[in-house]
Amino acid sequence: MAIRGVEIDIRGLAHRYTPKNPLTFEDVNIQASPGESLVIIGRSGCGKSTLLHIIAGLLDGYSGTLKLDKEDVKKPSSRWVMMFQAPHLFPWMTVEHNVGVGLHFAGWPKEKIRERVAETIHLVHMEEYARNNTQDLSGGQQQRVALARSLVMEPEILLLDEPFSALDAFTRAALQKDVRSISKKLGINLVMVTHDIDEAVLMADRTLVMAGSPGKIMHDLMVDLPDPRNREDQVVQDKRAHLMQIFQDAVNGALSGDSIAEKYDGAMSEANLAGIT
Amino acid sequence: MSNGDSNVITGGTLAEIEEKRSSARLKTFSKTLFNWAAGLLILFALWYLGGYLIERNPATTHFADFGPIQTLKAFPVLWEEQTIQNAIQSSGYRLSIGLGIAIACGIPIGILLGVSRTFRQLSNSPFQLLRMISPLSWEPIAVIVFVTWNQAIIFLLAIASVWPVAFATAAGLAKVDPAWFKVAKNLGAKPWHLLTQIILPAILFDILTGIRAALGVAWIVLVPAEFLGVTSGLGYSIADARETLSYDHLTAMVLVIGIIGYILDSSCALAIKRFGWHRGIDQR
Repeated sequence: MAIRGVEIDIRGLAHRYTPKNPLTFEDVNIQASPGESLVIIGRSGCGKSTLLHIIAGLLDGYSGTLKLDKEDVKKPSSRWVMMFQAPHLFPWMTVEHNVGVGLHFAGWPKEKIRERVAETIHLVHMEEYARNNTQDLSGGQQQRVALARSLVMEPEILLLDEPFSALDAFTRAALQKDVRSISKKLGINLVMVTHDIDEAVLMADRTLVMAGSPGKIMHDLMVDLPDPRNREDQVVQDKRAHLMQIFQDAVNGALSGDSIAEKYDGAMSEANLAGIT
Repeated sequence: MSNGDSNVITGGTLAEIEEKRSSARLKTFSKTLFNWAAGLLILFALWYLGGYLIERNPATTHFADFGPIQTLKAFPVLWEEQTIQNAIQSSGYRLSIGLGIAIACGIPIGILLGVSRTFRQLSNSPFQLLRMISPLSWEPIAVIVFVTWNQAIIFLLAIASVWPVAFATAAGLAKVDPAWFKVAKNLGAKPWHLLTQIILPAILFDILTGIRAALGVAWIVLVPAEFLGVTSGLGYSIADARETLSYDHLTAMVLVIGIIGYILDSSCALAIKRFGWHRGIDQR
Protein backbone atom coordinates (compact mmCIF):
# COMPACT_ATOMS: atom_id res chain seq x y z
CA MET A 1 0.00 0.00 0.00
CA ALA A 2 1.42 3.38 -1.04
CA ILE A 3 1.17 6.00 1.70
CA ARG A 4 -0.15 9.31 0.36
CA GLY A 5 -1.02 10.77 3.77
CA VAL A 6 1.07 13.26 5.68
CA GLU A 7 2.30 13.96 9.18
CA ILE A 8 -0.10 15.89 11.41
CA ASP A 9 1.48 17.98 14.14
CA ILE A 10 -0.77 20.07 16.39
CA ARG A 11 0.69 21.65 19.53
CA GLY A 12 -0.92 23.78 22.21
CA LEU A 13 -3.91 24.64 20.04
CA ALA A 14 -6.60 26.84 21.62
CA HIS A 15 -9.53 28.68 20.09
CA ARG A 16 -12.26 31.15 20.92
CA TYR A 17 -14.81 32.56 18.45
CA THR A 18 -14.62 36.18 19.64
CA PRO A 19 -12.57 37.84 22.38
CA LYS A 20 -15.71 37.98 24.52
CA ASN A 21 -16.47 34.27 24.05
CA PRO A 22 -15.03 31.65 26.39
CA LEU A 23 -12.39 29.27 24.99
CA THR A 24 -13.87 26.60 22.72
CA PHE A 25 -10.96 24.26 23.46
CA GLU A 26 -7.44 24.58 24.80
CA ASP A 27 -4.11 22.81 24.97
CA VAL A 28 -4.90 20.42 22.13
CA ASN A 29 -1.88 18.34 21.11
CA ILE A 30 -2.21 15.80 18.33
CA GLN A 31 0.52 14.04 16.42
CA ALA A 32 -0.25 11.49 13.75
CA SER A 33 1.85 9.65 11.21
CA PRO A 34 1.10 9.50 7.44
CA GLY A 35 -1.84 7.26 6.56
CA GLU A 36 -3.14 7.06 10.13
CA SER A 37 -6.85 7.25 10.92
CA LEU A 38 -7.74 9.41 13.90
CA VAL A 39 -11.23 9.56 15.33
CA ILE A 40 -12.05 12.29 17.84
CA ILE A 41 -15.02 11.48 20.03
CA GLY A 42 -16.75 13.77 22.41
CA ARG A 43 -20.09 15.18 23.45
CA SER A 44 -21.74 17.98 21.51
CA GLY A 45 -20.23 21.36 22.32
CA CYS A 46 -16.75 20.16 23.33
CA GLY A 47 -15.22 21.83 20.26
CA LYS A 48 -14.42 18.80 18.10
CA SER A 49 -16.13 20.18 14.96
CA THR A 50 -14.41 23.55 15.47
CA LEU A 51 -11.08 21.73 15.74
CA LEU A 52 -11.79 19.94 12.45
CA HIS A 53 -12.73 23.20 10.69
CA ILE A 54 -9.43 24.72 11.90
CA ILE A 55 -7.47 21.73 10.58
CA ALA A 56 -9.26 22.18 7.23
CA GLY A 57 -8.19 25.83 7.13
CA LEU A 58 -11.82 26.97 7.17
CA LEU A 59 -11.59 28.76 10.50
CA ASP A 60 -8.96 31.02 12.02
CA GLY A 61 -8.61 32.82 15.33
CA TYR A 62 -6.61 30.11 17.09
CA SER A 63 -3.36 30.07 19.03
CA GLY A 64 -0.75 27.32 19.02
CA THR A 65 0.80 25.57 16.05
CA LEU A 66 -0.94 23.52 13.40
CA LYS A 67 1.28 21.85 10.83
CA LEU A 68 0.22 19.40 8.15
CA ASP A 69 3.16 17.89 6.29
CA LYS A 70 5.38 20.39 8.18
CA GLU A 71 3.48 23.36 6.69
CA ASP A 72 1.43 25.85 8.70
CA VAL A 73 -2.25 25.70 7.79
CA LYS A 74 -3.54 29.17 6.94
CA LYS A 75 -6.27 28.55 4.35
CA PRO A 76 -8.25 25.71 2.75
CA SER A 77 -6.35 23.42 0.43
CA SER A 78 -7.29 20.58 -1.87
CA ARG A 79 -4.60 18.56 -0.01
CA TRP A 80 -6.87 18.35 3.06
CA VAL A 81 -10.50 18.12 2.13
CA MET A 82 -13.45 18.05 4.47
CA MET A 83 -16.67 16.05 4.27
CA PHE A 84 -19.51 17.57 6.25
CA GLN A 85 -22.41 16.19 8.28
CA ALA A 86 -24.78 16.95 5.38
CA PRO A 87 -23.61 16.24 1.82
CA HIS A 88 -24.22 19.84 0.65
CA LEU A 89 -24.18 18.76 -2.99
CA PHE A 90 -24.81 21.40 -5.63
CA PRO A 91 -28.39 20.62 -6.72
CA TRP A 92 -28.06 22.25 -10.15
CA MET A 93 -25.36 19.74 -11.11
CA THR A 94 -25.44 16.06 -11.97
CA VAL A 95 -23.54 13.52 -9.88
CA GLU A 96 -20.51 13.60 -12.19
CA HIS A 97 -20.43 17.39 -12.28
CA ASN A 98 -20.57 17.52 -8.49
CA VAL A 99 -17.71 15.05 -8.24
CA GLY A 100 -15.58 16.92 -10.78
CA VAL A 101 -16.22 20.45 -9.55
CA GLY A 102 -13.02 20.65 -7.48
CA LEU A 103 -10.92 19.57 -10.47
CA HIS A 104 -12.69 22.22 -12.54
CA PHE A 105 -11.73 24.83 -9.92
CA ALA A 106 -8.15 23.56 -10.15
CA GLY A 107 -8.18 24.12 -13.93
CA TRP A 108 -7.82 20.49 -15.03
CA PRO A 109 -8.49 19.79 -18.75
CA LYS A 110 -11.99 18.43 -19.46
CA GLU A 111 -10.77 15.04 -20.72
CA LYS A 112 -8.70 14.43 -17.59
CA ILE A 113 -11.60 15.51 -15.38
CA ARG A 114 -13.87 13.00 -17.13
CA GLU A 115 -11.40 10.14 -16.60
CA ARG A 116 -10.67 10.97 -12.97
CA VAL A 117 -14.36 11.48 -12.14
CA ALA A 118 -15.28 8.10 -13.69
CA GLU A 119 -12.59 6.36 -11.60
CA THR A 120 -13.73 8.03 -8.38
CA ILE A 121 -17.43 7.38 -9.00
CA HIS A 122 -16.49 3.73 -9.52
CA LEU A 123 -14.61 3.76 -6.20
CA VAL A 124 -17.78 4.75 -4.30
CA HIS A 125 -20.05 2.43 -6.35
CA MET A 126 -22.16 5.18 -7.93
CA GLU A 127 -21.54 4.47 -11.65
CA GLU A 128 -25.22 3.79 -12.23
CA TYR A 129 -26.16 7.28 -11.06
CA ALA A 130 -23.37 9.32 -12.69
CA ARG A 131 -25.73 11.34 -14.88
CA ASN A 132 -28.55 11.67 -12.36
CA ASN A 133 -29.45 14.93 -10.68
CA THR A 134 -28.31 14.77 -7.06
CA GLN A 135 -31.83 15.59 -5.87
CA ASP A 136 -32.94 12.18 -7.14
CA LEU A 137 -30.58 10.34 -4.76
CA SER A 138 -31.16 8.95 -1.27
CA GLY A 139 -29.28 10.38 1.74
CA GLY A 140 -26.72 7.58 1.66
CA GLN A 141 -26.15 7.95 -2.09
CA GLN A 142 -25.72 11.70 -1.68
CA GLN A 143 -23.12 11.12 1.02
CA ARG A 144 -21.30 8.72 -1.33
CA VAL A 145 -21.23 11.47 -3.96
CA ALA A 146 -19.88 13.90 -1.32
CA LEU A 147 -17.20 11.32 -0.50
CA ALA A 148 -16.29 11.01 -4.19
CA ARG A 149 -16.19 14.80 -4.51
CA SER A 150 -13.65 14.87 -1.68
CA LEU A 151 -11.60 11.89 -2.89
CA VAL A 152 -11.37 13.08 -6.50
CA MET A 153 -9.02 15.84 -5.32
CA GLU A 154 -6.58 13.09 -4.28
CA PRO A 155 -6.30 14.62 -0.80
CA GLU A 156 -3.61 13.63 1.64
CA ILE A 157 -5.99 14.07 4.56
CA LEU A 158 -9.73 13.44 4.53
CA LEU A 159 -11.50 15.31 7.31
CA LEU A 160 -14.91 13.95 8.26
CA ASP A 161 -17.37 15.93 10.39
CA GLU A 162 -19.92 13.36 11.59
CA PRO A 163 -20.71 12.53 7.96
CA PHE A 164 -22.89 9.48 8.68
CA SER A 165 -24.92 10.76 11.61
CA ALA A 166 -28.03 11.50 9.54
CA LEU A 167 -28.05 8.12 7.77
CA ASP A 168 -29.96 4.95 8.55
CA ALA A 169 -28.09 2.15 10.34
CA PHE A 170 -27.54 -0.05 7.25
CA THR A 171 -26.25 2.76 5.04
CA ARG A 172 -24.09 4.06 7.88
CA ALA A 173 -22.48 0.63 8.41
CA ALA A 174 -21.79 0.24 4.67
CA LEU A 175 -20.24 3.70 4.39
CA GLN A 176 -18.13 3.26 7.53
CA LYS A 177 -16.64 0.11 6.04
CA ASP A 178 -16.15 1.67 2.59
CA VAL A 179 -14.57 4.90 3.82
CA ARG A 180 -12.06 3.05 5.98
CA SER A 181 -11.14 0.57 3.24
CA ILE A 182 -10.83 3.35 0.63
CA SER A 183 -8.64 5.45 2.94
CA LYS A 184 -6.40 2.47 3.61
CA LYS A 185 -6.28 1.59 -0.09
CA LEU A 186 -5.26 5.15 -0.98
CA GLY A 187 -2.98 5.50 2.06
CA ILE A 188 -4.48 8.80 3.18
CA ASN A 189 -5.00 10.14 6.69
CA LEU A 190 -8.50 10.21 8.10
CA VAL A 191 -9.41 12.67 10.82
CA MET A 192 -12.99 12.17 11.86
CA VAL A 193 -15.17 13.59 14.61
CA THR A 194 -18.14 11.68 15.93
CA HIS A 195 -20.09 11.02 19.10
CA ASP A 196 -20.69 7.41 18.11
CA ILE A 197 -18.42 5.03 20.05
CA ASP A 198 -19.11 2.15 17.63
CA GLU A 199 -18.10 4.31 14.70
CA ALA A 200 -14.86 5.27 16.46
CA VAL A 201 -13.90 1.63 17.05
CA LEU A 202 -14.83 0.58 13.51
CA MET A 203 -12.95 3.38 11.76
CA ALA A 204 -10.00 4.46 13.92
CA ASP A 205 -6.37 3.50 14.23
CA ARG A 206 -6.40 5.84 17.22
CA THR A 207 -9.24 7.42 19.12
CA LEU A 208 -8.91 10.74 20.91
CA VAL A 209 -11.42 11.42 23.64
CA MET A 210 -12.34 15.07 23.94
CA ALA A 211 -14.33 16.45 26.87
CA GLY A 212 -14.83 19.44 29.10
CA SER A 213 -15.53 23.07 28.55
CA PRO A 214 -13.24 24.38 27.18
CA GLY A 215 -12.64 21.07 25.43
CA LYS A 216 -9.42 19.13 25.95
CA ILE A 217 -8.04 15.87 24.63
CA MET A 218 -8.54 13.73 27.71
CA HIS A 219 -7.29 10.44 26.33
CA ASP A 220 -5.59 8.85 23.35
CA LEU A 221 -6.37 5.19 22.70
CA MET A 222 -4.85 2.85 20.09
CA VAL A 223 -7.48 0.82 18.21
CA ASP A 224 -5.17 -1.88 16.95
CA LEU A 225 -7.76 -4.22 15.45
CA PRO A 226 -7.47 -6.15 12.19
CA ASP A 227 -9.54 -5.25 9.10
CA PRO A 228 -12.24 -5.79 8.07
CA ARG A 229 -13.89 -4.92 11.37
CA ASN A 230 -17.36 -6.15 12.21
CA ARG A 231 -19.53 -4.75 14.93
CA GLU A 232 -20.35 -8.27 16.17
CA ASP A 233 -16.71 -9.43 16.57
CA GLN A 234 -15.71 -10.00 20.18
CA VAL A 235 -12.52 -7.94 19.85
CA VAL A 236 -14.55 -5.02 18.51
CA GLN A 237 -17.05 -5.41 21.36
CA ASP A 238 -14.23 -5.51 23.92
CA LYS A 239 -12.56 -2.42 22.48
CA ARG A 240 -15.92 -0.66 22.42
CA ALA A 241 -16.50 -1.45 26.10
CA HIS A 242 -13.01 -0.23 26.93
CA LEU A 243 -13.48 3.01 24.98
CA MET A 244 -16.89 3.55 26.54
CA GLN A 245 -15.36 3.27 30.01
CA ILE A 246 -12.61 5.71 29.09
CA PHE A 247 -15.16 8.09 27.57
CA GLN A 248 -17.37 8.05 30.66
CA ASP A 249 -14.36 8.56 32.93
CA ALA A 250 -13.20 11.42 30.70
CA VAL A 251 -16.59 13.11 30.84
CA ASN A 252 -16.88 12.58 34.63
CA GLY A 253 -13.27 13.72 35.07
CA ALA A 254 -13.95 16.84 33.05
CA LEU A 255 -17.03 17.58 35.15
CA SER A 256 -15.18 17.07 38.44
CA GLY A 257 -11.97 18.69 37.21
CA ASP A 258 -9.87 15.54 37.77
CA SER A 259 -7.46 14.19 35.20
CA ILE A 260 -7.76 10.62 34.01
CA ALA A 261 -4.28 10.63 32.53
CA GLU A 262 -2.82 8.74 35.50
CA LYS A 263 -5.43 6.00 35.37
CA TYR A 264 -4.76 5.20 31.73
CA ASP A 265 -1.16 6.30 31.68
CA GLY A 266 0.12 3.19 29.85
CA ALA A 267 -2.33 3.43 26.97
CA MET A 268 -1.74 7.16 26.62
CA SER A 269 2.00 6.77 26.29
CA GLU A 270 1.66 3.94 23.80
CA ALA A 271 -0.64 5.94 21.56
CA ASN A 272 1.48 9.07 21.66
CA LEU A 273 4.62 7.17 20.81
CA ALA A 274 2.90 5.56 17.83
CA GLY A 275 1.61 8.91 16.66
CA ILE A 276 4.93 10.72 16.78
CA THR A 277 6.86 8.24 14.63
CA MET B 1 -42.79 -22.71 -13.36
CA SER B 2 -44.66 -20.90 -10.70
CA ASN B 3 -41.87 -18.30 -10.59
CA GLY B 4 -42.22 -17.84 -14.31
CA ASP B 5 -45.97 -17.37 -13.99
CA SER B 6 -45.42 -14.92 -11.17
CA ASN B 7 -43.02 -12.90 -13.34
CA VAL B 8 -45.53 -12.75 -16.18
CA ILE B 9 -48.22 -11.53 -13.82
CA THR B 10 -45.86 -8.96 -12.28
CA GLY B 11 -44.82 -7.79 -15.76
CA GLY B 12 -48.46 -7.50 -16.76
CA THR B 13 -49.23 -5.52 -13.63
CA LEU B 14 -46.35 -3.12 -14.25
CA ALA B 15 -47.52 -2.68 -17.83
CA GLU B 16 -51.01 -1.96 -16.56
CA ILE B 17 -49.68 0.60 -14.10
CA GLU B 18 -47.66 2.28 -16.86
CA GLU B 19 -50.72 2.25 -19.13
CA LYS B 20 -52.82 3.83 -16.39
CA ARG B 21 -50.16 6.46 -15.80
CA SER B 22 -49.94 7.20 -19.50
CA SER B 23 -53.72 7.43 -19.74
CA ALA B 24 -53.82 9.78 -16.70
CA ARG B 25 -51.14 11.99 -18.27
CA LEU B 26 -53.10 12.16 -21.52
CA LYS B 27 -56.26 12.97 -19.60
CA THR B 28 -54.54 15.79 -17.68
CA PHE B 29 -53.04 17.18 -20.89
CA SER B 30 -56.41 17.06 -22.68
CA LYS B 31 -58.12 18.77 -19.76
CA THR B 32 -55.44 21.51 -19.66
CA LEU B 33 -55.72 22.04 -23.42
CA PHE B 34 -59.51 22.13 -23.21
CA ASN B 35 -59.48 24.70 -20.38
CA TRP B 36 -56.92 26.80 -22.25
CA ALA B 37 -59.08 26.84 -25.40
CA ALA B 38 -62.31 27.31 -23.42
CA GLY B 39 -60.88 30.34 -21.59
CA LEU B 40 -59.98 31.99 -24.89
CA LEU B 41 -63.36 31.11 -26.36
CA ILE B 42 -65.15 32.70 -23.38
CA LEU B 43 -63.09 35.85 -23.83
CA PHE B 44 -63.88 35.88 -27.56
CA ALA B 45 -67.59 35.31 -26.85
CA LEU B 46 -67.68 38.21 -24.35
CA TRP B 47 -65.92 40.42 -26.87
CA TYR B 48 -68.37 39.34 -29.58
CA LEU B 49 -71.30 40.09 -27.27
CA GLY B 50 -69.90 43.52 -26.41
CA GLY B 51 -69.35 44.29 -30.12
CA TYR B 52 -72.87 43.14 -30.92
CA LEU B 53 -74.41 45.38 -28.20
CA ILE B 54 -72.31 48.35 -29.37
CA GLU B 55 -73.43 47.79 -32.96
CA ARG B 56 -77.10 47.47 -32.00
CA ASN B 57 -77.11 50.65 -29.92
CA PRO B 58 -77.67 53.71 -32.21
CA ALA B 59 -75.67 55.88 -29.79
CA THR B 60 -72.55 53.68 -30.14
CA THR B 61 -72.95 52.06 -33.53
CA HIS B 62 -70.11 54.08 -35.08
CA PHE B 63 -67.77 52.20 -32.67
CA ALA B 64 -68.83 48.86 -34.17
CA ASP B 65 -65.35 48.31 -35.61
CA PHE B 66 -64.16 47.41 -32.12
CA GLY B 67 -65.96 44.07 -32.62
CA PRO B 68 -64.04 40.81 -33.20
CA ILE B 69 -65.12 40.17 -36.79
CA GLN B 70 -64.02 43.62 -37.99
CA THR B 71 -60.79 43.27 -36.01
CA LEU B 72 -59.97 39.88 -37.51
CA LYS B 73 -60.65 41.29 -40.97
CA ALA B 74 -58.15 44.11 -40.28
CA PHE B 75 -55.28 41.70 -39.59
CA PRO B 76 -54.45 40.75 -43.22
CA VAL B 77 -54.57 44.44 -44.21
CA LEU B 78 -52.20 45.46 -41.43
CA TRP B 79 -49.92 42.52 -42.22
CA GLU B 80 -49.75 43.37 -45.92
CA GLU B 81 -49.05 47.01 -45.12
CA GLN B 82 -46.18 45.78 -42.88
CA THR B 83 -47.70 47.79 -40.02
CA ILE B 84 -47.60 44.86 -37.59
CA GLN B 85 -44.07 43.78 -38.54
CA ASN B 86 -42.64 47.33 -38.35
CA ALA B 87 -44.36 48.03 -35.03
CA ILE B 88 -43.06 44.77 -33.53
CA GLN B 89 -39.56 45.51 -34.81
CA SER B 90 -39.43 49.03 -33.34
CA SER B 91 -41.01 48.09 -30.00
CA GLY B 92 -38.94 44.89 -29.81
CA TYR B 93 -35.75 46.89 -30.28
CA ARG B 94 -36.66 49.35 -27.49
CA LEU B 95 -37.82 46.58 -25.21
CA SER B 96 -34.72 44.45 -25.67
CA ILE B 97 -32.32 47.35 -25.11
CA GLY B 98 -34.27 48.67 -22.09
CA LEU B 99 -34.64 45.22 -20.55
CA GLY B 100 -31.01 44.40 -21.37
CA ILE B 101 -29.84 47.49 -19.48
CA ALA B 102 -32.14 46.56 -16.57
CA ILE B 103 -30.71 43.03 -16.42
CA ALA B 104 -27.11 44.22 -16.78
CA CYS B 105 -27.58 46.70 -13.90
CA GLY B 106 -30.13 44.74 -11.85
CA ILE B 107 -28.12 41.53 -11.38
CA PRO B 108 -24.95 43.22 -10.02
CA ILE B 109 -27.09 45.54 -7.85
CA GLY B 110 -28.98 42.51 -6.54
CA ILE B 111 -25.74 40.64 -5.80
CA LEU B 112 -24.36 43.69 -3.98
CA LEU B 113 -27.61 43.95 -2.00
CA GLY B 114 -27.30 40.28 -1.12
CA VAL B 115 -23.65 40.22 -0.07
CA SER B 116 -23.02 43.64 1.47
CA ARG B 117 -24.95 44.68 4.53
CA THR B 118 -23.54 48.23 4.28
CA PHE B 119 -24.71 48.58 0.67
CA ARG B 120 -28.10 47.13 1.63
CA GLN B 121 -28.55 49.61 4.48
CA LEU B 122 -27.20 52.51 2.45
CA SER B 123 -29.36 51.84 -0.60
CA ASN B 124 -32.58 50.69 1.08
CA SER B 125 -34.28 54.08 1.39
CA PRO B 126 -33.22 55.54 -1.99
CA PHE B 127 -34.10 52.32 -3.85
CA GLN B 128 -37.50 51.98 -2.18
CA LEU B 129 -38.22 55.65 -2.96
CA LEU B 130 -37.13 55.35 -6.61
CA ARG B 131 -39.01 52.07 -7.01
CA MET B 132 -42.27 53.67 -5.96
CA ILE B 133 -42.08 56.41 -8.61
CA SER B 134 -44.37 55.54 -11.51
CA PRO B 135 -42.08 54.88 -14.50
CA LEU B 136 -44.15 57.14 -16.79
CA SER B 137 -43.68 60.10 -14.46
CA TRP B 138 -40.01 60.06 -15.52
CA GLU B 139 -41.07 60.82 -19.10
CA PRO B 140 -40.85 64.68 -18.99
CA ILE B 141 -37.43 64.48 -17.35
CA ALA B 142 -36.26 61.76 -19.77
CA VAL B 143 -37.32 63.86 -22.76
CA ILE B 144 -35.22 66.77 -21.49
CA VAL B 145 -32.19 64.67 -20.55
CA PHE B 146 -32.00 62.43 -23.63
CA VAL B 147 -31.34 63.61 -27.17
CA THR B 148 -33.94 61.40 -28.87
CA TRP B 149 -37.37 60.07 -27.93
CA ASN B 150 -36.07 56.59 -28.60
CA GLN B 151 -33.44 56.98 -25.87
CA ALA B 152 -36.03 58.44 -23.51
CA ILE B 153 -38.33 55.44 -24.00
CA ILE B 154 -35.44 53.01 -23.48
CA PHE B 155 -34.60 54.84 -20.24
CA LEU B 156 -38.22 54.53 -19.07
CA LEU B 157 -38.21 50.80 -19.78
CA ALA B 158 -34.88 50.34 -17.98
CA ILE B 159 -35.89 52.34 -14.90
CA ALA B 160 -39.20 50.46 -14.71
CA SER B 161 -37.72 46.97 -15.00
CA VAL B 162 -34.46 47.23 -13.08
CA TRP B 163 -36.11 46.85 -9.65
CA PRO B 164 -37.77 43.46 -10.11
CA VAL B 165 -34.46 42.03 -11.37
CA ALA B 166 -32.39 43.57 -8.56
CA PHE B 167 -34.74 42.61 -5.72
CA ALA B 168 -35.34 39.08 -7.04
CA THR B 169 -31.56 38.56 -7.33
CA ALA B 170 -31.03 39.82 -3.76
CA ALA B 171 -33.86 37.61 -2.46
CA GLY B 172 -32.34 34.61 -4.26
CA LEU B 173 -28.94 35.28 -2.74
CA ALA B 174 -30.45 35.46 0.74
CA LYS B 175 -31.73 31.90 0.29
CA VAL B 176 -28.38 30.43 -0.84
CA ASP B 177 -27.11 27.75 1.53
CA PRO B 178 -23.91 29.18 3.15
CA ALA B 179 -22.54 25.64 3.31
CA TRP B 180 -22.16 25.66 -0.50
CA PHE B 181 -19.58 28.43 -0.16
CA LYS B 182 -17.77 26.50 2.56
CA VAL B 183 -17.71 23.34 0.42
CA ALA B 184 -16.58 25.25 -2.67
CA LYS B 185 -13.78 27.02 -0.78
CA ASN B 186 -12.78 23.68 0.68
CA LEU B 187 -12.46 22.33 -2.87
CA GLY B 188 -10.25 25.25 -3.90
CA ALA B 189 -12.78 27.67 -5.44
CA LYS B 190 -11.49 31.19 -6.20
CA PRO B 191 -13.84 34.23 -5.96
CA TRP B 192 -14.51 33.99 -9.72
CA HIS B 193 -15.55 30.33 -9.32
CA LEU B 194 -17.81 31.25 -6.41
CA LEU B 195 -19.58 33.81 -8.61
CA THR B 196 -19.88 31.78 -11.82
CA GLN B 197 -20.16 28.22 -10.50
CA ILE B 198 -22.02 28.69 -7.23
CA ILE B 199 -23.81 32.04 -6.85
CA LEU B 200 -25.19 32.50 -10.38
CA PRO B 201 -26.45 28.91 -10.87
CA ALA B 202 -27.87 28.90 -7.32
CA ILE B 203 -29.91 32.06 -7.92
CA LEU B 204 -30.68 31.55 -11.62
CA PHE B 205 -34.27 30.63 -10.80
CA ASP B 206 -34.75 33.88 -8.86
CA ILE B 207 -33.02 35.96 -11.57
CA LEU B 208 -35.29 34.47 -14.25
CA THR B 209 -38.34 35.06 -12.07
CA GLY B 210 -37.21 38.68 -11.66
CA ILE B 211 -36.70 39.01 -15.42
CA ARG B 212 -40.19 37.63 -16.01
CA ALA B 213 -41.67 40.23 -13.65
CA ALA B 214 -39.49 42.95 -15.23
CA LEU B 215 -40.64 41.96 -18.71
CA GLY B 216 -44.26 42.30 -17.60
CA VAL B 217 -43.62 45.77 -16.20
CA ALA B 218 -41.60 46.87 -19.26
CA TRP B 219 -44.27 45.60 -21.63
CA ILE B 220 -46.94 47.58 -19.76
CA VAL B 221 -44.80 50.75 -19.76
CA LEU B 222 -43.76 50.39 -23.43
CA VAL B 223 -47.13 51.11 -25.04
CA PRO B 224 -48.01 54.38 -23.25
CA ALA B 225 -44.38 55.49 -23.57
CA GLU B 226 -44.70 55.15 -27.36
CA PHE B 227 -47.86 57.27 -27.49
CA LEU B 228 -45.80 60.44 -27.64
CA GLY B 229 -42.86 61.59 -29.69
CA VAL B 230 -42.01 58.52 -31.76
CA THR B 231 -43.42 57.52 -35.14
CA SER B 232 -43.03 53.76 -34.83
CA GLY B 233 -43.87 50.94 -32.46
CA LEU B 234 -46.98 49.27 -31.10
CA GLY B 235 -47.97 52.25 -28.92
CA TYR B 236 -47.60 54.62 -31.87
CA SER B 237 -49.71 52.30 -34.07
CA ILE B 238 -52.53 52.42 -31.53
CA ALA B 239 -52.33 56.20 -31.19
CA ASP B 240 -52.23 56.53 -34.98
CA ALA B 241 -55.29 54.28 -35.42
CA ARG B 242 -57.17 56.34 -32.84
CA GLU B 243 -56.29 59.59 -34.62
CA THR B 244 -57.55 58.19 -37.95
CA LEU B 245 -60.64 56.65 -36.28
CA SER B 246 -59.59 53.17 -37.56
CA TYR B 247 -61.03 51.29 -34.60
CA ASP B 248 -60.62 47.89 -36.24
CA HIS B 249 -56.89 48.61 -36.70
CA LEU B 250 -56.69 49.90 -33.13
CA THR B 251 -58.23 46.73 -31.70
CA ALA B 252 -56.08 44.54 -33.95
CA MET B 253 -52.91 46.23 -32.62
CA VAL B 254 -54.17 45.85 -29.03
CA LEU B 255 -54.64 42.15 -29.78
CA VAL B 256 -51.09 41.96 -31.20
CA ILE B 257 -49.78 43.51 -27.96
CA GLY B 258 -51.67 40.93 -25.92
CA ILE B 259 -50.50 38.00 -28.04
CA ILE B 260 -46.84 39.07 -28.02
CA GLY B 261 -46.93 39.78 -24.28
CA TYR B 262 -48.43 36.34 -23.72
CA ILE B 263 -45.74 34.68 -25.87
CA LEU B 264 -42.93 36.57 -24.09
CA ASP B 265 -44.28 35.68 -20.64
CA SER B 266 -44.75 32.03 -21.61
CA SER B 267 -41.17 31.95 -22.96
CA CYS B 268 -39.93 33.25 -19.61
CA ALA B 269 -41.99 30.63 -17.77
CA LEU B 270 -40.47 27.93 -20.02
CA ALA B 271 -36.95 29.26 -19.39
CA ILE B 272 -37.60 29.18 -15.62
CA LYS B 273 -38.79 25.59 -15.93
CA ARG B 274 -35.82 24.63 -18.12
CA PHE B 275 -33.04 26.31 -16.13
CA GLY B 276 -34.43 26.33 -12.59
CA TRP B 277 -33.08 23.47 -10.47
CA HIS B 278 -35.73 23.56 -7.74
CA ARG B 279 -37.87 20.46 -7.52
CA GLY B 280 -41.63 20.95 -7.85
CA ILE B 281 -41.10 23.66 -10.45
CA ASP B 282 -44.21 22.45 -12.31
CA GLN B 283 -46.34 23.50 -9.39
CA ARG B 284 -45.09 27.08 -9.46
